[in-house]
Amino acid sequence: MKFDLEGLTVHFPYAAIYPEQHAYMGELKRALDARGHALLEMPTGTGKTAALISLITSYSLANPSRPLRLIYCTRTVHEMEKTLAELRLLFAHLPAAASRSLLALGLSSRKNLCVHPQASAAAARDSVDTACRRLTASWVRDKAASDPDSTPLCDFFESFDRAAAAGDLASYMPPGVYTLADLRALGRDRRICPYFLARQMVKYANVVVYSYQYLIDPKVASIVSREMQKECVVVFDEAHNIDNVCIEALSVSIRKQTLEGAERNLRRISQEIDRFKATDANRLRAEYNRLVDGLAQRGNLPISDAWLANPALPEDILKEAVPGNIRRAEHFLAVLRRLVRFLDGRLETENVENEMPVAFVASIHSQAGIDQKMLRFCYDRLHSLMLTLEITDTDEFMHIQTICDFATLIGTYTRGFSIIIEPYDERMPDIRDPVIQLSCHDASLAIQPVFERFQTVVITSGTLSPIDLYPRLLNFNPVISRSFTMSLTRDCICPMVLTRGSDQLPVSTKFDMRSDPGVVRNYGRLLLEMASAVPDGIVCFFVSYSYMDGIVNSWNEMGILQDIMQHKLVFIETPDVVETTLALDNYRKACDCGRGAIFFSVARGKVAEGIDFDRHYGRLVIMFGVPFQYTLSRILLARLEYLRETFQIKEGDFLTFDALRQAAQCVGRVIRSKADYGMMIFADKRYSRHDKRSKLPGWILSHLHDAHLNLSTDMALHIAREFLRRMAQPYDKTGSGGNKTLLTEEDLQNMAQDAMEM
Amino acid sequence: MGSMTIGAKTRISSPSLPMIHAMKLNVDFRSIKGHKFNKVDGSKPAPPLLNLSKDSDKGGGYMFEFDNVTNRDLSRDFVGKQQGTIPPKPNVPPENSVTSTGEEQLSAAEMHRRMKLLQEDSELQKLHMKFVLGNILQESEFWATRKNLLDDEANKGSKQRPGFKSAMLADVRPSADGRTNKVTFSLTTEIIHQIFAEKPAVHRAFLDFVPKKMSEKDFWTKYFRAEYLLRTKNTVAATAEAAEDEELAIFLKNDDILAKEARLKIKRVDPTLDMEADAGDDYIHLPDHGIIRDGIKETIDNDGELARRTLSQDLNRHAAVVLEGRSSDVELTDTKTVAEALARSKKEPPSSSISDDTNHERLVKVARMTEIEDLQAPRSLPYAPLCIKDPREYFDSQQANALRSLGGNNDGRHARNCRLSTDDAFDHLLGQISSIKVNGLNYPVIQSEVALKHWAAIQELLRHFWSSYPITTSVLYNKVQRIKDAMTQIYQKLQDIKESAQPDVRHEISQLVKPMTQALDAAFNHDLEQQQKSSKSGNKPNGF
Repeated sequence: MKFDLEGLTVHFPYAAIYPEQHAYMGELKRALDARGHALLEMPTGTGKTAALISLITSYSLANPSRPLRLIYCTRTVHEMEKTLAELRLLFAHLPAAASRSLLALGLSSRKNLCVHPQASAAAARDSVDTACRRLTASWVRDKAASDPDSTPLCDFFESFDRAAAAGDLASYMPPGVYTLADLRALGRDRRICPYFLARQMVKYANVVVYSYQYLIDPKVASIVSREMQKECVVVFDEAHNIDNVCIEALSVSIRKQTLEGAERNLRRISQEIDRFKATDANRLRAEYNRLVDGLAQRGNLPISDAWLANPALPEDILKEAVPGNIRRAEHFLAVLRRLVRFLDGRLETENVENEMPVAFVASIHSQAGIDQKMLRFCYDRLHSLMLTLEITDTDEFMHIQTICDFATLIGTYTRGFSIIIEPYDERMPDIRDPVIQLSCHDASLAIQPVFERFQTVVITSGTLSPIDLYPRLLNFNPVISRSFTMSLTRDCICPMVLTRGSDQLPVSTKFDMRSDPGVVRNYGRLLLEMASAVPDGIVCFFVSYSYMDGIVNSWNEMGILQDIMQHKLVFIETPDVVETTLALDNYRKACDCGRGAIFFSVARGKVAEGIDFDRHYGRLVIMFGVPFQYTLSRILLARLEYLRETFQIKEGDFLTFDALRQAAQCVGRVIRSKADYGMMIFADKRYSRHDKRSKLPGWILSHLHDAHLNLSTDMALHIAREFLRRMAQPYDKTGSGGNKTLLTEEDLQNMAQDAMEM
Repeated sequence: MGSMTIGAKTRISSPSLPMIHAMKLNVDFRSIKGHKFNKVDGSKPAPPLLNLSKDSDKGGGYMFEFDNVTNRDLSRDFVGKQQGTIPPKPNVPPENSVTSTGEEQLSAAEMHRRMKLLQEDSELQKLHMKFVLGNILQESEFWATRKNLLDDEANKGSKQRPGFKSAMLADVRPSADGRTNKVTFSLTTEIIHQIFAEKPAVHRAFLDFVPKKMSEKDFWTKYFRAEYLLRTKNTVAATAEAAEDEELAIFLKNDDILAKEARLKIKRVDPTLDMEADAGDDYIHLPDHGIIRDGIKETIDNDGELARRTLSQDLNRHAAVVLEGRSSDVELTDTKTVAEALARSKKEPPSSSISDDTNHERLVKVARMTEIEDLQAPRSLPYAPLCIKDPREYFDSQQANALRSLGGNNDGRHARNCRLSTDDAFDHLLGQISSIKVNGLNYPVIQSEVALKHWAAIQELLRHFWSSYPITTSVLYNKVQRIKDAMTQIYQKLQDIKESAQPDVRHEISQLVKPMTQALDAAFNHDLEQQQKSSKSGNKPNGF
């Protein structure tokens, strides 16, 4: 359909539109008009993505001075696929002239895009990267030019290189929408490397869909997103966890294995240096001269040589000559050896130590004789050395790179970070596993360059409550900040708070209660009774892996699990992604064929992060417990302290906010549209307290009736039966009377006319 | 023009017909083997005809001409049904080139299926007679709500195969006798089949070792020894034993066949849930980057050569096998045949393509996961027909399960049943019978049966009533009018039953009738509301 929104013609790929989508587009348009940032919360299942992409596309179609440049960031690859599918649907509904000229593509790693038969067979991402470099690095190709028989090259890359040199890459990629699978198919078909083709075409594409880190993590962003222009509109979808992504991007941890690996790397580098000295001493001399000239990087690297970039943010990287005392390869090597030895000594500690970067740098200086500037150049110097030594197997050298990343970060930043040395994990005190953790506390550091670089950044999600917290955490000023509610045709979501089990005793995952067999049994009975009453799919979220493991084992021993399996098949999320993916796939099959299934998953786990359990894939979500972080964690405590000092956010508030946004995220995955329906059970007595509950997003709260706040298992079962019966009735999906929940083109025209008359 | 009477007593009596003047026709239905009729539309001035044919080899038959199509169709439907109720001789298939009053053209197979359904289900037949022949519903309308029934009928050809049990049989629990240190595991071929299906490495080991290297008994002893070590989480002992005994080590190690299968399957997984691709795109969690131990992630160290097989893995594997179903239908007699049959069924060649990027099915899946369903026209999902060998047994067992699992122990009921001696039971029965004799037909149960008979009819009517909203065409409007009339009649009948009941049972009867009248009331109210609304909004056609 096509309609008019405050003077802008909007193309929308569906025949009808929700009123909240309409309102959402209005706010978005205002943000684009004002060329400012926006923060928008809209419930899941109201078609955020469709609204976003149709408005931004229509906006640039109407304003030829602002051509379509959209960077759409998703958290996961599967969300990327879904976004591209929506784009495809939208492009099909645009005027023919527009849809013939627009290019949209997804970008991922070599692991997901490589089509070279041998290189792509490797199991891990690092191995694919390495295999690719072995075939495409500039020195390998130079060698192949002189000795073509013994040096294998990648045909796909060679044809890419030829096309890039001739400047006709665009002819390989006609306008359209390219998912990762499409890119691979195109690569196989035209015999061209899809990864490098996509990397190049990103500059010209109208819409780029990729993962957050390609914009936030400086290690990747400065390779991939360097040439994005200011005019781009950046969207972070499902952005409720964006602060965690930001702090993780700037954090490094060093363990015993890292140091051992680094020592191995250093031995290997020293051998390589000796070899080069004997055979090709000129190379090392040339590198030295270049460093004297102040070029840490060799200028424009060939695209295939680019490796992970500097871990520090672009404007914090020094643009000056490398200090004299690390210019020579041997000297630099000696510095790294001293650094590794120093870190090894620090790791020997028996107590938990917490230091600020300044103090840590000072102690490195006094004990290992390495000053701050040398630390800061560690990354660039190592990178230069590895290129000079023509090292292709980068995955082997991850360890020494970690050390250099660490050094560069502590040399660059003085606040917002702390260094925590722990001799063992708090939860397993008998197993010695020392770690030096450089932990970033300030989410605004990593995202600041994005806000400064691009004129419109949209942060959106189903759970951004409380919405005023995000501008503080990320330190930015949105021109539009709004939270939308959901207008429902019928009460299609049914949240409940279950506080007591079938024996009327309270249930909770509070530390002192969670291992109580009574609670375990009550939780089991709850699931069993629900499994017998609810059709199709049920999803259960637990507070942690270890808790899930424990409770499932107890259910197995009590015989509850066997009873549950009489009703539905059981699938479980495991730390192994392959197994979990297959389990999910089977879960969907079981729901599709009517067999019915239960999926056990972990809040904050990979599944909770982005898998949808909409429609019959999830008629009920049970959240067992409140997913608080492990509050005794030193790193968390350090972050809380930083938040209190810098942003005046109270510890308790932040912890509750964080736990409830995870819980809301878990249960919010059941609704896809207004025709969908689902129940949500919060099974913990703590949810009945107002301070916890009130942190839930408004669209859940507004459906949480007072009568549903303090239920026991039998009452919940009764409500569930009633709800399912009600949902089974036919209904009028356009909504009745004045409360329209579905707008057609005609309705929109009438609305526009009314507005004109007024 | 004469009139035609068709009796249910398998006989046609026609006092006078235009073609055979002044001849009383009395034909036994059994002699009629087929019927034909012509298509009547406005273009050609042809009278509606019905041709009843007798035995095809003998030839002959009767041709009836009707003055209007409706009457003809009524008789045709009746004749068709009568033919259905009488088992036809196998050499003559009932050929029906049916043309109904609408444009709907039905195939012979479709007609056959409908008739078969009517034959099998007397309730359905009653409804059909009442509404279709009573001109309240049209033939097509009646069957439209029973599409699934018809489809099921069409699919019945495929033979039902039993799948694997939902229960984890492979998870054999040891039983200890309490006095000695002996632990006993018991096995059946069913369990063995499941073990083989869920653990291909064990299956391969069995095919390799038995009987060349060891006897079957030794094999299972070793297997359960390994299982026992795993179960007791005795990793030290497990490592020690595995080092000594390489066959035992096979059972303790990770299943390499499964790992290989997983790698193949992951390529074909739905892209909207492919978390493996996600892990391949994650540059933040490089080894040693990001934050470990921040109270969210838990460090899981899976070092060690021996498998740390967990319950979760077993559960996932079990559910996957159950879902796949049994590919071969073999009699489970002994272990050897089970193992070999399974090996045969496994031998299908794996797909050679590395990952099928151009697969259309994947695209459709993604599209379905993304679209917003109520913003566009609905699409019907394909559904797999439920196929249960013995429905009664299945539902009874389900009920028993539900009772047991919900903690309701039905021991009490059993106990009471047992306490009754045969004499008591006989006395009770005698008393019951005599009381019926005394009370006669006025017994409330009898009355309630009369009321219950209406229930099916009401349900049918209501289903059609609700499914015609919102009313968008005049056809629907007419249909609703017809249904409403029929409902009013039934409503009246229910009221009569209520009023005619004896005062002492009137309460029970009204309790019984109440849900029916309520349901009807709801429908009438809805209709009234719609009418009011339409009269308010006014000028649109049909008011909607």
